[in-house]
Amino acid sequence: MRDEDIISAKQLSRADIEGVLDRAAEIAADPAAVADRHANALLGLCFFEPSTRTKMSFAAAIKRLGGDVVDMGTVESSSVKKGESLADTVRVVEGYADALVLRHPMEGSAQMASEFVDVPLINAGDGAGQHPTQTLLDLYTIRENAGFDDLTIGIMGDLKYGRTVHSLAHALTNFDASQHFISPESLRLPRSVRYDLHEAGAQVREHTDIENVLEALDVLYVTRIQRERFPDENEYRQIAGEYRIDADLLEKAKDDLTVMHPLPRVDEIAPEIDETEYATYFEQAHNGVPVRMALLDSIL
Amino acid sequence: MTDTELRVSKIESGTVIDHIAGGQALNVLAILGIDGSGGESVSIGMNVPSGKVGQKDVVKVEGRELSQSEVDVLSLIAPEATINIIRDFEVVEKNRVERTDTVRGILVCPNHNCITNADEPVRTEFEVLDDGVRCAYCDTIIRGSDVAEHIDARGSGETAL
Repeated sequence: MRDEDIISAKQLSRADIEGVLDRAAEIAADPAAVADRHANALLGLCFFEPSTRTKMSFAAAIKRLGGDVVDMGTVESSSVKKGESLADTVRVVEGYADALVLRHPMEGSAQMASEFVDVPLINAGDGAGQHPTQTLLDLYTIRENAGFDDLTIGIMGDLKYGRTVHSLAHALTNFDASQHFISPESLRLPRSVRYDLHEAGAQVREHTDIENVLEALDVLYVTRIQRERFPDENEYRQIAGEYRIDADLLEKAKDDLTVMHPLPRVDEIAPEIDETEYATYFEQAHNGVPVRMALLDSIL
Repeated sequence: MTDTELRVSKIESGTVIDHIAGGQALNVLAILGIDGSGGESVSIGMNVPSGKVGQKDVVKVEGRELSQSEVDVLSLIAPEATINIIRDFEVVEKNRVERTDTVRGILVCPNHNCITNADEPVRTEFEVLDDGVRCAYCDTIIRGSDVAEHIDARGSGETAL
């Protein structure tokens, strides 16, 4: 994957994924071994949307490899505020860095930006499109906790606009995984993702009620249903309440169910779950560092 | 030439696009970027009776021979069309449109949040599927029957094989 852009989970083969996950496991076991591996490497961070986990874990990853970041900062503090195009912004920043990490609110932004730069560009989220590096850390977490053999996974919440969902669903077609999609009718998977899953030979099993499938699941991947997707507050509250995980609900689940969430969580997972064996979402967030270290090591 | 084609008069030289599905002639011109500004004479027959396809449209472009790559994009909306190249009132070449893999700059992405709809220096690009097209940037799929609604009114693009 040397010098490759990482734009979509669709571009990642099973060998690519396993290569990154194996390397991440090596790094997690002995981080000191790579402490100077990319000394002097500079990673350009271009975040046009707020980010906590993705941005901080990329910064931690390059620093733990011996490198550093150059950060565009917030949109308000950059030339974007003066009307500079994305194409111009990335062409400028590529002169300051060895690779770029881009988050942008519009779908297709990472693909377009990659066409204007020669250094590798990593998509850290493009609107409701893709978030392939989140998928790599999600897969790492799944492999560590449940494994991929005969995996049955439920993906729940906002499947229409959830970029982490789109990337994960694509990537899981590389493995022996049975995928169940649980969402309100208005937030089901977009046509383009369903098309790709069918093309990849995967069965798309859609549900509106988590209880129909919960007891079969090895992994439950929960995503946030956002207030702004609904025309009125009451409808949002009603729907959000139906897609909330709490201890009562999980009584029907397998004892070794792994509950994941890309975070931030609002109230779709009750805090009482945090202290149970099910809760894997904070470990998942922490896995972002070794996985992004492995990814950067493979492309730089 | 058949009698039905004669309804819109013979041309001395140029291109006759025949067997276009009835009602699609203006979309054919739009997709080819022919809007009269190039000065060429253009004749259109719409919903002309045809034994082969019931009703058809016919477009005649005088003084301009359209190349195969120019007309292949018509496979999106007029896959049955035939292309006749005319010289001295005679058909010297008769071709069918061939399916293209990619169309660039001809369609507008219906996803308002697609980067191709922002003020960026990028042309639209669509991959051609069995029944429709798909944005190469945001993955949005336009079904075959809806493609004509998304032709870019600002001008033509080109096809790439």
